[in-house]
Amino acid sequence: MDRPLTQNIKPDLSPVTLDDYRRAGGYEGLAKALKEMAPADVIGAVKDSGLRGRGGAGFPTGVKWSLVPQGESAEQKYVVVNADEMEPGTFKDRLLMEADPHQLIEGVVIAAYAVQADTAYIFLRGEYHLSASRLEQALGEARSAAYLGKNILGSDFDLEIHLHTSAGRYICGEETALLNSLEGKRAIPRAKPPFPQISGLWGRPTVVNNVETFCNVPHIIRNGVDWYRGLGRGEDAGTKLFGASGRVKKPGLWELPMGTPIRVLIEECAGGMQEGYTLRGFLPGGASTDFLLPEHLDLPMDFDAMMKAGSRLGTGTMIVLDDQTCPVRMVLNLERFFAQESCGWCTPCRDGLPWVVELLEGLLAGRGRPEDLDQLEQLARLMGPGNTFCALAPGAAEPLQSALKYFRADFERYLKPASTARVA
Amino acid sequence: MAKITVDGQTYDVKAGDNLLKTCLSLRLDLPYFCWHPALGSVGACRQCAVVQYKDESDAQGRLVMACMTPVTEGLRVSLEAPQAREFRAGVIEFLMTNHPHDCPVCEEGGECHLQDMTVMTGHTFRRYRGLKRTHRNQYLGPFINHEMNRCIACYRCVRVYRDYAGGKDLDVFASRNNVYFGRFEDGVLENEFSGNLVEVCPTGVFTDRTFSQHYVRKWDLQHAPSICVHCGVGCNTSPGERYGTLRRIVNRYNGEVNGYFLCDRGRFGYGFVNSERRIRQPMLRGEPVSGETALAHFQGLLGGHTIGIGSPRASLEVNFALRELVGAEHFYAGFAQGEASLAAAILDVLRHWPVHNPSLREVEQADAVLILGEDVANTAPRVALALRQAVRNRAFERADRLKIPRWQDAAVREAAQGEKSPLFVVAPNATRLDDIAEAICRGTPEDIARLGLAIANRIDASAPAVADLSQEDEHLAELIGDTLTAAAHPLIVSGTGCGSLSVVRAAANIALALSNRREGRAVDLCYVVPECNTLGLAMMDERSVKDAFAAAKTRDLNTVIVLENDLYRRADAGAVDSFFNGTRHVVVIDHIRHGTAAKAQLLLPGSTFAETEGTLVSLEGRAQRFYSVMPGSGEIRDSWRWLADAAAKRWSNIDALTAACAAALPEFGPIRNAAPPAGFRVEGEKVPREPHRYSGRTAMFANREIHEPKPPDDPDSALAFSMEGASVDVPPALLPFVWAPGWNSHQQAVNKFQDEVGGALRGGDPGVRLFESPETAEPRWFDEVPYRLRDEARWRAIPLYHVFGSEELSALSPPLAERVPAAYAALHPEDAERLGVGETLAVRLNERVVRLPLRLESSLPRGAVGISAGLAGLFRSDLPAWIAIEKEGERP
Repeated sequence: MDRPLTQNIKPDLSPVTLDDYRRAGGYEGLAKALKEMAPADVIGAVKDSGLRGRGGAGFPTGVKWSLVPQGESAEQKYVVVNADEMEPGTFKDRLLMEADPHQLIEGVVIAAYAVQADTAYIFLRGEYHLSASRLEQALGEARSAAYLGKNILGSDFDLEIHLHTSAGRYICGEETALLNSLEGKRAIPRAKPPFPQISGLWGRPTVVNNVETFCNVPHIIRNGVDWYRGLGRGEDAGTKLFGASGRVKKPGLWELPMGTPIRVLIEECAGGMQEGYTLRGFLPGGASTDFLLPEHLDLPMDFDAMMKAGSRLGTGTMIVLDDQTCPVRMVLNLERFFAQESCGWCTPCRDGLPWVVELLEGLLAGRGRPEDLDQLEQLARLMGPGNTFCALAPGAAEPLQSALKYFRADFERYLKPASTARVA
Repeated sequence: MAKITVDGQTYDVKAGDNLLKTCLSLRLDLPYFCWHPALGSVGACRQCAVVQYKDESDAQGRLVMACMTPVTEGLRVSLEAPQAREFRAGVIEFLMTNHPHDCPVCEEGGECHLQDMTVMTGHTFRRYRGLKRTHRNQYLGPFINHEMNRCIACYRCVRVYRDYAGGKDLDVFASRNNVYFGRFEDGVLENEFSGNLVEVCPTGVFTDRTFSQHYVRKWDLQHAPSICVHCGVGCNTSPGERYGTLRRIVNRYNGEVNGYFLCDRGRFGYGFVNSERRIRQPMLRGEPVSGETALAHFQGLLGGHTIGIGSPRASLEVNFALRELVGAEHFYAGFAQGEASLAAAILDVLRHWPVHNPSLREVEQADAVLILGEDVANTAPRVALALRQAVRNRAFERADRLKIPRWQDAAVREAAQGEKSPLFVVAPNATRLDDIAEAICRGTPEDIARLGLAIANRIDASAPAVADLSQEDEHLAELIGDTLTAAAHPLIVSGTGCGSLSVVRAAANIALALSNRREGRAVDLCYVVPECNTLGLAMMDERSVKDAFAAAKTRDLNTVIVLENDLYRRADAGAVDSFFNGTRHVVVIDHIRHGTAAKAQLLLPGSTFAETEGTLVSLEGRAQRFYSVMPGSGEIRDSWRWLADAAAKRWSNIDALTAACAAALPEFGPIRNAAPPAGFRVEGEKVPREPHRYSGRTAMFANREIHEPKPPDDPDSALAFSMEGASVDVPPALLPFVWAPGWNSHQQAVNKFQDEVGGALRGGDPGVRLFESPETAEPRWFDEVPYRLRDEARWRAIPLYHVFGSEELSALSPPLAERVPAAYAALHPEDAERLGVGETLAVRLNERVVRLPLRLESSLPRGAVGISAGLAGLFRSDLPAWIAIEKEGERP
């Protein structure tokens, strides 16, 4: 089974050196792109490969790139790596950056060549110190080896990659808030349209992709579109890093083909539940996705299949809920995080999330009223997609609304008898 | 155009606007917070949600924010869909989780946009049971109160203060539901447009601190349509009165002039009306007398050689009444000598040159601007605010190319980054527009004029050339000349600020040169003049106080009548003293005590703008009518009535006087149409100055008289001192305040009074323009090129202006006085070092030696001494001038 993303990663997770990387075929994709392909061909290949964004939304990467204005009159353009991995329960990009930084760099150079950008930024989560030092090291090596800088590999293509470490806000993972933050402004999202491909960093055309998305690109170029499409088991192409945390026997991260059934991840890779615990449900793609139940274990891990089941593939890193953990407390824990991380720009998120926290805390403290559950449902609905300025609050609403749907009895358990609840 | 369907009703509307603006223009009630017609859309508050349907068969629809939705052909939306109504009520409920229930003690109550929107959405019952977040408030200076707990985080304050007005010291801090809008620490808000926060804030976070001193509810205020008297721009205002004191000033929308915004001088400068220094009683030789006695005495003084001195801060009518009383040949405009010649030169250009005197809305359309010798932010602040918008035109062009709608405020600013349309500032010192300037040049007035003439010559070689220009100036002349030539809507801004005829004329040469390059088409030229009626008075008479003094010397002068003018601001104290000493009788009509009033044998209490009617001509040449907010109390009379009563011929009311003025001086013909006459009625009724909720009418004077007094008559206008009368179909020039059912916040209620939101008032923006570009212009180049001035022994004294302080009346307002600096002299630091001067500077000015605190100002040209204009006895009348610096120790 091909595991292109993690093929070079050593068991001890020490970083793949430039030599190791090259020995395994590294930078061959870049050489091929620069020497044999026009920028439009690269975009075409990525489009045809079926690669979809690995940051959570699953937007087709090639389509995203093709929206960047091309041609002689085109102005300054940028490529930005979204390495602000802060989704609770998600730890996949960290592995890729710490253990095989050149794979990311190669992907970025190819992407920049495709859209003809001469400057790229890696916007890295501030706490990822090890990633930062390993990326800096790798960037230096790449510069020395002419994979970066002027006239890369003898072509007339130039690129510089800058590493920027974030000051630490979850909202910076939202690509337009990331751009504002990178410009030194408040990290608040921007209205879309205009999309970053038209007016992005410093108002210029910009492609923003997730770390893992970029890491797929060298393999697509080197091994071809057909090979890549063949990697997937279901609808979607390629492989992906999938993870599991919670009370499973072996929490961790595995590269699996897209479309692999969830059961394989939880029962085989993660070894199933720990002794004495039963699976009650799981958040399939990080904290901001809807709960799924054991009955969903045979679903393929594809973007559309998960959507149909009422959740999202998200980042593909599952948070597993067992039968001895209270789902209400779990949801409260998540909602506290989201309320804390709201940027304060739009009303439903800024003022709705703290209210959710207030109601859940009240419920747990025995101050709950029967109508509170209906109100939590209403709040989740009011914070739904399209109602808020960005996806933060809709994401926060997902575990809440699905917990209310699947685990309502757990919520009701905290309600006092109706006769005493309304005493003022 | 586009055909859209709103709740089943089809409308033909403008395509490309945002749906919120379109709905409001259709007079539909759709609540909103973060959007503002002048600020555009950012989509933050989510209050204006509507349901949009894909097509006729789509019954589900999806929620969209109207402010972020472009209007396109076939758009189908519903404001009333339950889903939209529920969401909008939900947004209010969210906002209310932290908003205090302090409406009864909140000064915004009764004109609060948040109250209005809460009622509109129907949110009534509080479900939130948690604690509210609380903030610390800040001291923000004498103008603005801060009460952060009321904040609903609409972000309009920072957008108007920073993005629109260029302020730096107000920002948003922190995040989530703890966002904080304030300064980085307590302190005075620096920007001169801070008062707009009061109106732009949808709730009571920023309130008018001057109003707090004598607060009443909006509905208890008596209002009138008025015009600001504190500079030449002519901003429209709506002052409010209660119990005979003026309580506050708010903006009165005029689409062509001030739009939604006022400067702080205009908003907070009203305190002089209530001042202890008001003249409230006729005084004869220092003793109070009755009005009748005073009038009889006044009539007795009119025999013999009598002259009248008018005032550029008084209305056309009152100046004309004086002119009629003494005869045109004995009427002197009352300008300082320099002002008179500058005003005359400006008038000559406006009357005869191929120029267009732009409205502020037109100023905002300019795509290249040259400011020649005017510190606009200090002398005509609202013009500076318009120029700040003009430099955004290049941003809008870029947005157009990227297909970003112009109303997408944040997106347009992001796409454009720092890109600005070119604006050049040529001024004697640093100005508060330098931050948006493409290039800055500083010099003495003569240097400025020389550069201006060189620019004209660069644009059109037939314009007079300037010899021995420095290399640097030559490059600048090329850059500026070429930029203006290439522009589609170039604009020249100049004015009287430098006190230099050469500067005024150089600006005209540039306009003429551009016109020659544009086949004679008129070019936008805006001259800043210092006072509210400088231009109007100059049209009536161009003579200065010096001319009056000269006339007094040629013939034995029996009586001088000084009208609303402090001559000590117009000429040297010595000259004024000797003039008064040589005059048998001095009559002064004014509302405020000053040096001239102190010299009056007969002092007659006149009216401020708040107690009388009249017409003022703004720097745009726009004649605008202002109305009394309240009747003058006690012996205070309309200034013109003192003159009318003393004269043989009498005018029955102000309209008769206005008509007489228009008849006598044909150029004033249109002023009769500046506003409806006193006889105007709406369905037989006058327009009430008081809102229909005005309280206490029957009892408010019960301490004096238990019967309800009859409202005072008002023979001078179609307005009534009453709460009863016409409330709909009121012509814009007569709107005392704006209010619409459900819309108590006037900044929002005005939506209901406009043709299209943000456009002209329904019925036309008030005022009539007196200058249109002449059909056949016959200009001749001004060809007197000033020399490069070099004088080792003497110093060029130039005026430096202060938005707070340089204007006479506003500086008497206590809160504003807090912001007035002490008078000072300024030198370039190297000059100061060369002279070895330290803390103070002794200058020989107006034939006397004045010792002033010294400021070091590195933006000043070498060899120049900046003198704070108009501050504490330092009047600008005679600047620029050559002066001597007295050596320390040599003289006292």
